[in-house]
Amino acid sequence: MDTMRDRFAPAVTRLLDEDPRVAVVLAEIGVADFTEALRQHPDRVVNVGIREQLLVGAAAGMALTGLRPVVHTFASFLVERPFEQVKLDLGHQDVGAVLVSAAASFDWPAGGYTHMAPGDVALLDTLDGWTVHVPGHPDEAETLLRRAVAAGDDKVYVRLSLQANARGLPVDGGRFRTVREGRSGVVVAVGPLLDAVLEATEGLDVTVLYATTVRPFDAAGLRRATGAAGADVVLVEPYLAGTSTAAANDALADVPHRVLGLGVGRAELRRYGRIDEHVAAHGLDARSLRARIGGFVGPAPERA
Amino acid sequence: MGRMTITEEHARAYGFTDLPALMGLMTGDEKHGPAATSTLDVLWVLYDRVLRAGPERMDDPGRDRFLLSKGHGPMAYYAVLAAKGFLPVDWLPGFGSYDSPLGHHPDRVLVPGAEIGSGSLGHGLPIAVGTALGLRAQGLHEPRVWTLVGDAELDEGSNHEAIAFAGPAGLDRLHTVVVDNASASYARPGGIAARFEAAGWSALTVDGRDHEALYAAFTAPHPGRPHAVVARVEPKTA
Repeated sequence: MDTMRDRFAPAVTRLLDEDPRVAVVLAEIGVADFTEALRQHPDRVVNVGIREQLLVGAAAGMALTGLRPVVHTFASFLVERPFEQVKLDLGHQDVGAVLVSAAASFDWPAGGYTHMAPGDVALLDTLDGWTVHVPGHPDEAETLLRRAVAAGDDKVYVRLSLQANARGLPVDGGRFRTVREGRSGVVVAVGPLLDAVLEATEGLDVTVLYATTVRPFDAAGLRRATGAAGADVVLVEPYLAGTSTAAANDALADVPHRVLGLGVGRAELRRYGRIDEHVAAHGLDARSLRARIGGFVGPAPERA
Repeated sequence: MGRMTITEEHARAYGFTDLPALMGLMTGDEKHGPAATSTLDVLWVLYDRVLRAGPERMDDPGRDRFLLSKGHGPMAYYAVLAAKGFLPVDWLPGFGSYDSPLGHHPDRVLVPGAEIGSGSLGHGLPIAVGTALGLRAQGLHEPRVWTLVGDAELDEGSNHEAIAFAGPAGLDRLHTVVVDNASASYARPGGIAARFEAAGWSALTVDGRDHEALYAAFTAPHPGRPHAVVARVEPKTA
């Protein structure tokens, strides 16, 4: 299967052809994928070199002139390193851009912690007005990229990952999708973690919602699901554990509820290796998820 | 082009000599030290004689852009914007108050004519680079982009990302004026212009109080290269 990132440059290259507002801003990473686009649109595909403050600042300046910049590098260098540029040059200047990241939480485990960004969505949560898409399949990534670019002057983050589900699902860029219905709990599976969640909850009487757009958080969708399935909620997120716990609590503020936030742990593992080894280390493989979800939504243990 | 030192707004004309009084509406005193006025001459010469911008064309895609990066101490900036009719003079006394659009750092969403909000140092020059790129990408080759930074502001590494890129990228519509009041703790004589020149910029150093010298430096040709003007004023700690 191709990757989400394999779809990124071809999809955006078509958008460059279709829409004269679209521009691409890069900081060396991913430049080779835009060779043809650079030839066709030399003024709208810009590589600023290894300069991530300029990457975001220049994108903001382009947006001030009316362009729709698509900005791309690894998540660590797109959100974390130039975070003040994201906050001020986009947010405070009141302009939009589409930030498209690669490498996610641990797509390159052998690269170590410098190339891991489990905190990217939580960081963006400190800011106002961001839409955050977390596709779980290359097809979904392509759909969400197009939606992101077409979203006026909105500030949109698209989190691409090598981790993916086996099959893509229709995504609408907003609402959670009901994948399975049950009566004793709601599990929200975000992006690439859907397959593991479905395997983990096989035989459990829970509703599974699939989230590919996590900000704004589909509070109405979660409330609707809890109406039939009860208000025991498990969030399974491919970035920092608990990132959406506050959003789920807010959605259920007027009803008694419980929320368990699963995701990537804060502790630095100082391990290399493969993606599946890191998935397991953070308890996000199907077997670990089954134990943690089952323990939360299952019947209370009998008292001794 | 004839020299124009006054402008008219609602039948009231303001010249350079009116600026201390306009600043006084914000500070409560018509006497201002060198730090408060370090940018005053540069701003006046730009708005009076160089920038093709005005209150009647704030949304014109073909206008020149001026991005105040050194947002600290913006009284001189607000005074010039008021003198040139971008904002009403009667806004000035509210400077810094809750209901005023005029903060101690400018906000582009609130201040007519302000192309960017600033305050945190080192943001204007990278945004100016993007503005020049964005105009070029849309075939708008006439408008010039100016940004004003302070000499100590150049400590911020983000500026050097922008300087190092803009020269080799040949952004000849981009201009930076560095108001040098020797406020950087670590600096070498001539270091500012040398930094820009090493990155392929055209660079001139002039007396930041001499309007004719500023005008000549601001309008000097610099084909194929971005242009920096270092405007020296009294040392901040003198």
